[in-house]
Amino acid sequence: MDSMTLIAVASIVTSGLTISVGCVGPALGEGRSVATALTALAQQPDASATITRTLFVGLAMIESTAIYCFVVSMILIFANPFWNHVIAQAAGK
Amino acid sequence: MRLSPDALIFWQHGFLKLNATIVFTWGLMLVLAIGSRLVTRKLSTDLKRSRWQNLLEIVVTGIEQQIADAGLRDAKRYLGFLGTLFLFIATADLFTVIPGYEPPTGSLSTTAALALCVFVAVPLFGIWDQGMGGYLKSYMEPTVIMLPFNIISELSRTLALSVRLFGNMMSGVMIIGILLTITPFLFPVVMTALGLLTGMVQAYIFTILAAVYIAAATRTRKPDPEPAPASKT
Repeated sequence: MDSMTLIAVASIVTSGLTISVGCVGPALGEGRSVATALTALAQQPDASATITRTLFVGLAMIESTAIYCFVVSMILIFANPFWNHVIAQAAGK
Repeated sequence: MRLSPDALIFWQHGFLKLNATIVFTWGLMLVLAIGSRLVTRKLSTDLKRSRWQNLLEIVVTGIEQQIADAGLRDAKRYLGFLGTLFLFIATADLFTVIPGYEPPTGSLSTTAALALCVFVAVPLFGIWDQGMGGYLKSYMEPTVIMLPFNIISELSRTLALSVRLFGNMMSGVMIIGILLTITPFLFPVVMTALGLLTGMVQAYIFTILAAVYIAAATRTRKPDPEPAPASKT
C-alpha cells in the first residue's frame, strides 16, 4: 500500500469509528437524563417549566459531545487536510 | 460537497470575496433592522395595537422572562445583548424554509464570531457589576489553585459554544443534502421540519448559556436582602 491508500483507508475507518463510538456515550447520557427528568416530572408536575428548561440545556450540552465527533468525522471525509496535502503533492509531480 | 456556506462565492475581485455567509448575514441584519424599524414606527399604548407590535411585545417580554429565569437579576440590562443573539440565531434558522437560503450559522466563522462576542461580553458585564478587582478575584474563587482551570474553562466554553452551534447547523444541512440523494421528495421535508426545531432549540441554548455565564460572572458576594424561599421553583 502506498501512502495515499493508507491515508484514505485510515481516514474512512477513523471517521466511521469516531461517529460510532462517539454516539454511544451521549446516547447513554441523554437516555439517563431524560429518564430522570420524566421521573421528576411525574413526581412534581408543578415544576415542569424549570425541569424542562434545565433538561433542554443539559441535553444540548450532552449532545454537543456527539456533535464534536460528527464534526471530526465530517472533516475526515470531506475536508481532510492530510488527503488534500497528498493530492496537492501528487498533482505537483 | 460544500461543508459550509463559506465555499459558495458570489463575487470575487482579487483579495475581496463575497461569499454566501456574508451575503446572508447582511440580508438577515437588514430584515431584522428594517422590520423592527417598520413595526416600532408607530407604537400605541392603548388596547388597540397592530398585530406586529403584539408579536414584538411577545418576543421581547418572553426573552426578558427567560433571562430572568436563568438567574440574572436585572434582566433589562442584558436584554440588548442576549436578545440580539437569540433573534439573530433564531431568524437565521427560521429562514431555512426559503429555498436557496443557507443559514450563515452553518459556517464556523459566524458561530466563532458570536462565541467571541460572549467571550468579550462576560468579563465586561462582570467588571461593570462588581468592579475590576472583584471580577479578577472571582477567578481564584475557591482557592488560588483553581486559577488556571478557571482560565481554561473560559476558553474551552467559547470553543464549545461555537462548535456546538456550527455542528448542529452544519449537520442539519448536510443530512438533508445526503437524504436528497437517497430518498427524495418526502423524507427531506420531515428532516427540514426537524431542522427548524433543532435550530430554535440551539438559539435558545446559546442564549441561555450566555446568560448563565454572565450570571456566573456578575454574581454579587452580598447575601440577598430577602432570603429566597427554598420551595420556590
